[in-house]
Amino acid sequence: MQENETLKQLFQKEFSKIVAVISKQFGLQHIEIAEDIVSETFLQALETWKNKGTPANPTAWIYKVAQRKTLYHFRRGKIFEQKIVPNLKSTQEKNDEISSLDFSPQNIKDSQLQMLFAVCNPTIAGEAQIGLALRILCGFSIDEIAEAFLSNEETIKKRLFRAKEKLRASKVKMELPPEKEIEQRLDNVLHIIYLLFTEGYYSKTQNEVLRKDFCLEAMRLCLQLTDYKKTNLPKTNALLALMCFHSSRFRARLASDDTYILYENQNQELWDPALIKQGTHFLLLSATGNDLSSYHVEARIASLHCQKEDSKKKWEKILHLYNQLLFLNYSPAVALNRTFALYKVYGAQAALAEAEKLKLDSNYYYFILMGELYKNIDHKNAKANFLKAYSLARTITDKQALQTKIDSLL
Amino acid sequence: MEDFVFLFRQPEMDRSKLSQTEMQAILNKWDNWFGGIAAQGKIKNMGLRLVSPGKVLKPGGIITEGPFVEIRERLNGFIMVKADSLEEAVTLAHGCPALEFNGSVEIRPVSMGEQLKGTLLSS
Repeated sequence: MQENETLKQLFQKEFSKIVAVISKQFGLQHIEIAEDIVSETFLQALETWKNKGTPANPTAWIYKVAQRKTLYHFRRGKIFEQKIVPNLKSTQEKNDEISSLDFSPQNIKDSQLQMLFAVCNPTIAGEAQIGLALRILCGFSIDEIAEAFLSNEETIKKRLFRAKEKLRASKVKMELPPEKEIEQRLDNVLHIIYLLFTEGYYSKTQNEVLRKDFCLEAMRLCLQLTDYKKTNLPKTNALLALMCFHSSRFRARLASDDTYILYENQNQELWDPALIKQGTHFLLLSATGNDLSSYHVEARIASLHCQKEDSKKKWEKILHLYNQLLFLNYSPAVALNRTFALYKVYGAQAALAEAEKLKLDSNYYYFILMGELYKNIDHKNAKANFLKAYSLARTITDKQALQTKIDSLL
Repeated sequence: MEDFVFLFRQPEMDRSKLSQTEMQAILNKWDNWFGGIAAQGKIKNMGLRLVSPGKVLKPGGIITEGPFVEIRERLNGFIMVKADSLEEAVTLAHGCPALEFNGSVEIRPVSMGEQLKGTLLSS
């Protein structure tokens, strides 16, 4: 059991590296072969290590076996000579490719960065892209991805297959975008990382370990980008800061029965000071240049939420930042958060007047906010709104929480 | 949904006489008023804030400097909003801080988008 757990961790750590290295060397069109090779390698590891014990350097063992399997595959049936060699750039390369895979730290790093840009290519937008990122960039298994999306393995497999087909059809290559395009393409990469993180942070699944892993992987990918000069831009650091601040509350937001604890009821002692410090560090690094991204604004808001005192001044700043965020990018969630901040600064009456204008009549959170705003002014209206939210609630936990709110009004 | 421009005009005021707190209060007012429209998802474009002093070029090469004696109110910025009708746009304009300072909001439909659409559809 212990052994399997370690092997699983090793798989997660090495899967994306090996797939990236093979794909860089032989071409992205062979990405599925690369995945199969890694899976077979770990299967062999499981069997061999069970009998002979874990080798002194498991990673080196894995690389060696993966290399043997790769070379065997591509040499077999002359795939290598006929399809790969003509496409290799130089004789030097041709000689290198035949004999080995390059698992040097630098090449692993370069390959992973190229893979990040390949998977986050705008041609394969949508849910399939997140799935592909979770699989290829983070090494999550199909059933883990299915669990996160509350879907089944078959659906996810099909989705990933289509995404890979698209990559092939649009001839996406393993390379960094040209200098001129890199910033624009980076926006797409950052957006995918942001979605990965959000998928983990607000995931529908009850599997807390998995959720946390998604978030950590998103942070790791973003950290990769800070390692490379052309992608280490202020907005990259802003996104990283944002994720650090949010993650700092991981422990505090989870109750013993696996339900979420709302921000205002969290035990602040459980906030992780190391992550808050990291967040502040990246926030400072993000504060250069003229480009103000939504990540900057969100990171600033998240940093204020990490301050323990609850002053009007703090909420004034938060309100201002939510206004900014809306100017950059409207979303119902931001509109609701902005209205809550308005309530904290100007009181319930002022917030209600603004909330009435939002017209979010099918939004569950809208009615919770309305209920909260009415709570100390008008019990009847508060109850009516909580009841509307109750009718829109999707989980039993949400319904129970609302019932408690309704009962407390009487 | 159509596009409308809000043009904000208000009398020139001597900001040097305002304290920092008063200045901040005015800025907050504008910020939150814009925020209220943005929270409804109705901002099309944040437009520009215009700063004084500027210059005005008149026929015959006459250049005047702000504050503009002929025009009581000066243009101090604009935004672009989305609304279903001119009436709705006017409703959105209510509560504008410029009104508190004896200013005005001019609400004008933007026709270029519609014209362009017409051209594209007919071709």
